[in-house]
Order: sequence, then C-alpha cells, then structure tokens
Amino acid sequence: MAEILSLRQAVERFVSNGDTVALEGFTHLIPTAAAHEIIRQDKKDLTLVRMTPDLVYDLLIGAGCAKKLVFSWGGNPGVGSLHRLRDAVEKQWPQPLEIEEHSHADLANAYVAGASGLPFAVLRAYLGSDLPKVNPMIKFIDCPFTGETLAAVPSVRPDVTVIHAQKADRKGNVLIAGILGVQKEAALAAKRCIVTVEEIVDDLQAPMNACVLPTWALTAVCVVPGGARPSYAHGYYERDNRFYQQWDPIARNRDTFTAWVDEFIRGTEDFSAFQAKLAAQQEAK
Amino acid sequence: MNYSTNEMMTVAASRRLGNSSVCFVGIGLPSKAANLARLTHAPDVVLIYESGPIGAKPSVLPLSIGDGELAETADTVVPTGEIFRYWLQGGRIDVGFLGAAQVDKYGNINTTVIGDYHQPKVRLPGAGGAPEIAGSAKQVLIILKQSHRTFVDKLAFITSVGFGEGGDHRKRLGLPGNGPVGIITDLCIMEPEAGSNEFVVTSLHPGVTREQVIENTGWAIRFADQLGETAAPTETELQALRALEARTAAAHGQAGGDE
Repeated sequence: MAEILSLRQAVERFVSNGDTVALEGFTHLIPTAAAHEIIRQDKKDLTLVRMTPDLVYDLLIGAGCAKKLVFSWGGNPGVGSLHRLRDAVEKQWPQPLEIEEHSHADLANAYVAGASGLPFAVLRAYLGSDLPKVNPMIKFIDCPFTGETLAAVPSVRPDVTVIHAQKADRKGNVLIAGILGVQKEAALAAKRCIVTVEEIVDDLQAPMNACVLPTWALTAVCVVPGGARPSYAHGYYERDNRFYQQWDPIARNRDTFTAWVDEFIRGTEDFSAFQAKLAAQQEAK
Repeated sequence: MNYSTNEMMTVAASRRLGNSSVCFVGIGLPSKAANLARLTHAPDVVLIYESGPIGAKPSVLPLSIGDGELAETADTVVPTGEIFRYWLQGGRIDVGFLGAAQVDKYGNINTTVIGDYHQPKVRLPGAGGAPEIAGSAKQVLIILKQSHRTFVDKLAFITSVGFGEGGDHRKRLGLPGNGPVGIITDLCIMEPEAGSNEFVVTSLHPGVTREQVIENTGWAIRFADQLGETAAPTETELQALRALEARTAAAHGQAGGDE
C-alpha cells in the first residue's frame, strides 16, 4: 500500500544520495515539484535517468545533484538547448557529468524490460550508428532463431521513480490520462515509486482499460497541485510555453541560474510557496 | 503570390506525403510539413508522434512532441514504448519524416554532437526517436535548411543511418526500411542516385541557381541529368500554411515548429 505523504517526507524517506532516480513524463506530467524538492534537500551523486531531460534535469544538473545522466534527447522543446546540461558536458560545470546516451526506442524498451523483470531489452536498432561506439552499454546479439543481429541494452531498474498523475483515491490508487510516455513502465521498473498528483478523490471513476497504477505497486502518493508545471496536466492545466522560453536566458548563464535556484527553489518552503513566488514575480513584470 | 524560401521548403516537403501514408512525424519542420499535407492534398494521412498519439489531427502546430492537442485529436493514444515496439519496429510506418542538424551525401544524419564526442564543440540534443525511424520506416524524408554547416562532407557523428557509406551499404547493414528517398531544403530537392545512393539535386526551387546550391553544400554536390524545377507554391498551399502558422502563433504566443 502506498503511503499518503507530503512530498518533503517522501523525498526524505525514499530518495538517497547516490540513488539511480527516474523522473518520467514525456512532455506531459513532468514531475517538476519533485525535482525542486530534491534540490531543496540537496541530494547528491544521483544517477538521473529520463528520456528527455527537459527543464527538470537541467535544474538538477545545474544545482549539483547529478553525477551521471542516462538519456535519449536533451533539448528544451520548441526553444533550443538545455544550457545547464550542455555546460556540464562541455565544461564540467558545476562538476563533471558522466553521460550514457541512448535513443528513445532503446530507453522505452529498457523501461519495458525493467518493468518485466528482465536484465536486458532487445530491439532492432543501431546498425551503422555511432551511438554504440560511445556507449558501451549498447551491445549486439544474434537472434537464436533467425540469426538476425539485434541490439541489446540493459534494462532500466531505478532505485526510485517519480511520476506525476492527475489523481489518486484515498487508498493511493493512481489514474493517469492522456499522453502516458513511459510512466507506467518507469513506475513498475523501480524499487520504489513516488507519485505526485493534482488531487485526491473519493472515486477515480476510471474507465475500463484506463491506466491505473494500483496502490500496492506504489510507495508514496503526494498531493501537489500544479506539480507538473511548466509542463501540463491533461484536464487540469496547459503547458506554460512562455516559461519554457523564459528558462532559456535564466539557464544560459551560471550566475543567473544559481541566483534563480537560490531565490525560487532553495528560498521557498515547498512547491506551493514556489508557485506563489513565481506568480508574484510574473505579475510584477 | 510571393513566398519565402522557407515556405517553398515546407510546401515542397508536404507534397511528398501521399494521402494513404502512415507517417511517423518528427517535431519542428517535419511536423509543419506533414500537417500542411494533411490540411491540403492528403486529408487522410495518418500522423503518428513518438509520444503516443496515432492519427493526430492538430489544428495548431505542437511546440513539444507531446502537446495535449495531439492526444485530444488522435484516433488513439498509446504508450511511448508501444509506438516504437508495435507500430515502428512492427513495420507499420510508410514514411518517417525527420529533421536534422547535419546531413551528409548519403543521407546520414547527425543530431548528437559537433566536434569530438567526449570533448564536444557543440553538444546537440541527441538521438530522440530518429535512429529507429530512419532504420525501420519504409521510406524516410529529411527536411532542413541548406548551408555549408548543415550539408557536410563528413559527419562528426552518425546518429541515424541513411545509406551509410553509400552503394548497398545500408542493405548490408541489415536495416529493414528502404532509407531516405528525399532531402528537401529551402533551395532544392535532392534524391539518391541509383546505384551509388549519393544524394544529387533533382529539382531546383524557382529562382535558385546551381551556384547557390554548390555554395551551400559542403561536398561536391552533383546535379541530375534531368534537373527539374520545383513548382512554386500554389495559392491554396500558401494560404493553408499561413493560416496554420497564424493559428499556431495565436495559440502558443510564439511561432511553432521552426526549430
């Protein structure tokens, strides 16, 4: 059974220094609040796994929480680069960042394999590509039945996965709707799973075949309204495209980035206080 | 009607998409061209995005590959793993529509890095869905603006494979799809030459000279014997494109899809 906790409690108890952590959500339902809380609690030496690092890992990398990044597409969608990611890779700031780079199909398969309890995933990929030359975790095997050369990649088995979802019921069963990405697979591949939700309701009213994660497969459920902003939560709020644009100049420069993190994340008690502070700043503009 | 070279590029790319195609769409220019096709000559084209929507019919261009409207207008939304496993690797994609940071004369694509991988000059976003789209889609279309920096003699990094080292190399590698069939730029259309599979210019956009193409290509670009001229955008095409861009700007507060 998942415990209903505050996000602070959940991160304190279930995210440790040195953990392999996956914050998933494919452009939709990105668990921003959880990334902030990890920074507030100053977790260190994390191996971060995520198909699209997005702003959440730009934050964690720039704030010095990460020692390694496993990913498949590292840009700011519709805007350009993730400057903190680039600075870490190109100039080792604030510390060297080991990268392990895959393709989307590869990482998606690796999560499926992780959720399936398998040691590796097999897929038709990478023949002729340079990626296997720079990522020794990509290997090739011969199909035992046809002889076809296929790619093999290790499954993703995070110590902890964090996802955001629309709602949970009072027992901690979670309903996810809209673009699912690899959230279900990431949740089931992990040793522990924290889910932040927009609200807790009496009855999920989930249609048959809806994506419901049962409470007994989860570790903690935390109510964090707006917790996926600036990404979106289908049925609750839209993507804040403007913030993705505003992020570019904030993250482009080390000092403006650190000042922003100090003021808005380390300088606020929780995500609700962060949102209030950000809203006040936007209004003053 | 007057039109820009970017409009010519998008229109020329959109024309390559047939009405009965199932198309795996990359974000940015491919998404713009694919949706223009859907809004003009190919209303039944099936657009698949890697985030999970199958049969998306957005009225505005998505800024991210997983915008909510893609899901709302889709025939169905499936998990990302399923998109790559069942629908792409399963052999159900007719056309993969890709952008690129750099391309070489065999239609190989770099979206990973400029310079040395371990000490990069410029770190690019990376592979995303492109390597397997380039591998498994029955055909691939590539759209990007042409310059010395984007059309290079030798890629710093091959992220997604076109014809590899040329000739029958792609086949020898064992990639299931047929590879790239066209590169559409703001200057011209290139197609693979039979046999060598080297990309040669088969059609110049109106008003573009051979010299312009040569100047903006990093290898010794060749021209097909039967060099055509791309038909200028029609009024219908231009109106549909501009309306799409206007709706996108109004919805997002920024122009979508030029990245």
